[in-house]
Amino acid sequence: MVSFTLPKDSRVQPGKVWPKPQGARNLKEFRIYRFDPESGANPRLDTYYVDLDACGPMVLGALMWIKDTIDSTLTFRRSCREGICGSCSMNINGENALACISAIADYEGPITIHPLPHMQVVKDLVPDLTLFYAQHRLIEPWLKTDTPAPEREWRQSKEDRAKLDGLYECILCACCSTSCPSYWWNQDRFLGPAALLQAWRWIADSRDEATGERLDQLDDPFRLYRCHTIMNCVRACPKGLNPARAIARIKRTLTHRKA
Amino acid sequence: MSAHQVRTANGRAQRRPLSPHLQIYRPSITMVMSILHRITGAVLYFATFLGVWWLMGLASGPKYFAYVDDMFRSWPGLVILFAITYQLFHHAFGGIRHLIWDADFCFSKQAAERLGLWSLLLAVACTALVWVLGWWT
Repeated sequence: MVSFTLPKDSRVQPGKVWPKPQGARNLKEFRIYRFDPESGANPRLDTYYVDLDACGPMVLGALMWIKDTIDSTLTFRRSCREGICGSCSMNINGENALACISAIADYEGPITIHPLPHMQVVKDLVPDLTLFYAQHRLIEPWLKTDTPAPEREWRQSKEDRAKLDGLYECILCACCSTSCPSYWWNQDRFLGPAALLQAWRWIADSRDEATGERLDQLDDPFRLYRCHTIMNCVRACPKGLNPARAIARIKRTLTHRKA
Repeated sequence: MSAHQVRTANGRAQRRPLSPHLQIYRPSITMVMSILHRITGAVLYFATFLGVWWLMGLASGPKYFAYVDDMFRSWPGLVILFAITYQLFHHAFGGIRHLIWDADFCFSKQAAERLGLWSLLLAVACTALVWVLGWWT
């Protein structure tokens, strides 16, 4: 359902301004979305002052510093701190990114952090990704074959293997899908850039023998064709991948098949 | 529409607000051009009725045609025609942009942004050209 505004009980209220740390000389203002499921109150935007001399250079470092020294209730996902686990995806100053590889120095002025857009918020910066994972499951992201398995590995030429570069590196952080307005309005039916990039990854794989089935699955006005090449996914991807191009290639393959 | 309700493991109802989206997302040229493509497409649909009205005026004889023609030549009429000219070019170049994408070109971030900017510039230039030529000839 398209709704350009937020439901009344989801609107963000002004929040608490936390005291500045004493003795700090290099302060940076962070405005962070907070939602406490226990209180039943509307989400709010809290203001924190981070001592940049005391924390790491990345946005994630600042969040961890806040959690350690100012407010231990601040909740967010993180794990690898080097851009490979995809846990700390969030909206930083209006664009989706991984907090662990976004340098604080790259942002002028205060940094505003929201959870990934148009998602159900479990707590603070933690969105519910159930549907996002279900979409990934739907495209059946594994090798499907009819021919008997070879004694050793499934062979692939270097050229065919190279076709998977730029596709297999996806870390499922959801930065792309939740940056996409089409996904915002139709996430119950549109698969979104992340799942479609993976769909193409298996269609493009020379070893996979289910290409026809996979295309049948996608040939749908909503699952695939809600992509209108808005290109937010390409801008958002922290791994530099290009879901928009992958989706266009699925559309092209479908057109060629019909011709 | 209200926030989503879920049940936690211990059976309590818990609400999950919808995170901000359009309100906070930073607009980019490709995003803005995409929504403008849709808006101009919708406007052009209704603009067609004006064209039909003009043709019907033409078919209804000189007296009624003079009335219709006067309407188009009045200041509000000219402003509307100018707006439609721009929308037409904007939508046409938007269509070409999509054609380029459909042919698998210009998908990099930089190329897509340049493509958006160029289609915008060309739409402005063509509108200006048509009106300059139309006005002085």
